[in-house]
Amino acid sequence: MSAPSRELPRWVDIGLIPLVNLLAAFLVTGLVFLAIGESPLESVAIMVNGAFGYGTGLGYTLFYTTDFIFTGLAFAVSFHAGLFNIGAEGQAYLGGLGVALVCLPLGFLPMVIIIPLAIIGAALFGAGWAFIPAYLQAKRGSHVVITTIMFNFIAAALMIYLLVNVMSPKGSMNPETRPFDVNAHLPFIHDVLAGLGITIAKSPLNLSFLWALICAAAAYAGMKPQRLIIIAMLISGGLSGFLALNEIMGAQNRLLLEFTAGYGFVGIAVALMGRSHPFGIILAAILFGALYQGGADLSFEKPTVTRDMIVVIQGLVILFAGALEHMFRPRIAHFFTKPLKTKEA
Amino acid sequence: MIRKLFAAVAMTALMAGASLAADVKPAVVYDLGGRNDKSFNEGAFNGAEKFKADTGVAYQDFEIQNDSQREQALRKFAERGFSPVVAIGFSHAEAVKKVAAEFPDTHFAIIDMVVDAPNVASIVFKEQEGSYLVGVLAALASKTGKVGFVGGMDIPLIRRFACGYVGGVKATKKDDEVFQNMTGTTGAAWNDPVKGGELAKSQFDRGADVVYHAAGGTGIGVLQAAADAGKLGIGVDSNQNGLHPGSVLTSMLKRVDVATYNIFKAGQDGTFKPGVTVLGLAEGGVGWALDDNNKSLITPEMKAAVDKAEADIKAGTIQVHDYMADSACPY
Repeated sequence: MSAPSRELPRWVDIGLIPLVNLLAAFLVTGLVFLAIGESPLESVAIMVNGAFGYGTGLGYTLFYTTDFIFTGLAFAVSFHAGLFNIGAEGQAYLGGLGVALVCLPLGFLPMVIIIPLAIIGAALFGAGWAFIPAYLQAKRGSHVVITTIMFNFIAAALMIYLLVNVMSPKGSMNPETRPFDVNAHLPFIHDVLAGLGITIAKSPLNLSFLWALICAAAAYAGMKPQRLIIIAMLISGGLSGFLALNEIMGAQNRLLLEFTAGYGFVGIAVALMGRSHPFGIILAAILFGALYQGGADLSFEKPTVTRDMIVVIQGLVILFAGALEHMFRPRIAHFFTKPLKTKEA
Repeated sequence: MIRKLFAAVAMTALMAGASLAADVKPAVVYDLGGRNDKSFNEGAFNGAEKFKADTGVAYQDFEIQNDSQREQALRKFAERGFSPVVAIGFSHAEAVKKVAAEFPDTHFAIIDMVVDAPNVASIVFKEQEGSYLVGVLAALASKTGKVGFVGGMDIPLIRRFACGYVGGVKATKKDDEVFQNMTGTTGAAWNDPVKGGELAKSQFDRGADVVYHAAGGTGIGVLQAAADAGKLGIGVDSNQNGLHPGSVLTSMLKRVDVATYNIFKAGQDGTFKPGVTVLGLAEGGVGWALDDNNKSLITPEMKAAVDKAEADIKAGTIQVHDYMADSACPY
């Protein structure tokens, strides 16, 4: 173990090692499929085709990818500052509140005004929710891991209270707000392209995908180890809040319970897998987007593959890419650093 | 009654002829509770399975994992030529509305909610009538004069169960007390058996000896607590008498299975009709379960009383109040 991982070529670090981990995860998944009597190869074919093989499927993959880019970046920003922000789930939840507070009363405004306002609302509320743990960490030394995860529960309780008692229309069975006005719907990419004369398959993929890429580019350009705990946490919380743009403003068009659906936690795995590098995060986000969408297609095609099986596959990927990340690393590092040393000699 | 319903439906199917049989491709989309919730969604699954066994026609189903998948699943079934597509649960309403407009030639159905569209059949139940009947049985079975109700999510639909139940209890024993608890205010309340068990225990501590649940997966804990305490539970939606034989007084049947079966069958026969169908006692849509598991718990007097109540409701001499009509319970 003489080779420190820092000397590894970048492509090995963010490309090869994750790929090896991924293959190991898929290998084990294949065994699970054999155990339930399904052909692993056929299942992989269905998943890949479901995720990338046709327009709508690809649209859904990128729709989920958008969520994961936001939460992955959010985690990475805090990670660079040496903080472990696992509160993206709650920050995104509050981001949804920010989006709804813009979209519900201001639905009469033109779209070009609502969209920036909603972006600000999402960022403000997400960052605001991250501010308290950040403050407590910076001034009181309360560990951010503990406080952020507790804030996830507080966020859930707060949103339940608001949606059940304050924001849902009277007599409605669902704890959710009324639908937003059309002006406050984030345009779908297929609609935007149709306006330009290009026809693509319909899917919930919306403009927030582009915003996610912009955020990633901005992170690439400006991400350096952030010393200020509070600033790093605010940026992280704001990025988490953007998840609501995709889910609430882009797809559901109303604020509803538990729309975050665990995307905040998957973001941790995405960031770890992408080595906290914006480009790596995009790749990892696409992978998880593909797992979500391909997995849905697989359980669609094969009744024996229940939705719980899909969670098993995702779990194995997280296990190998995250927890067992160092299983193959020393060997690969050894292989790549050896010739370097002979050269030096 | 139910058998008659199935038989009548089967007859129409035979008359319609087998040539159509190959054409129909029915599908069902479950709610977040999932296919095997032993209650509401499983009812739909059982109906679909019965359809497959009776007709030999395969169907496809899907369990959603998140809210985005509601639309996706419905759209996907429609794109692939599935029809009728049955959505289980009121949470699908927005998605059904949207996708039904995109696929005007596909037949959709939604259970527990009304969606007004030319190609959507909405099936709702008179849960209050079935709950009234189990309320009658609960009052007669109780020795303490106190009975309980554990609801899932606190929504008007579940209050409709509670109100009918109270009506049945009070009509039988005017001075009996009914304890009511709701598990929660969110979807998680459908799947919290531990809390369900705790609520049931607290009702037992207050003197209740029969407890009725309308709480989906949470109810498993309610029935377990009743069995552990030597009290009686009452199941809901599917026949849950067999979960703890001897400790489940009866089950309020909400025939999601019949509804699903009928929609599939109508799709096969080409007799699909959009619009609202209300299934009450008279239509065989709700009822109470009597089988080998609870036969010893139901005395002849109880049977006579509940049969009379059933006949009176069907005849219209007893009108069970519908909580959702005015958001109030007069009992």
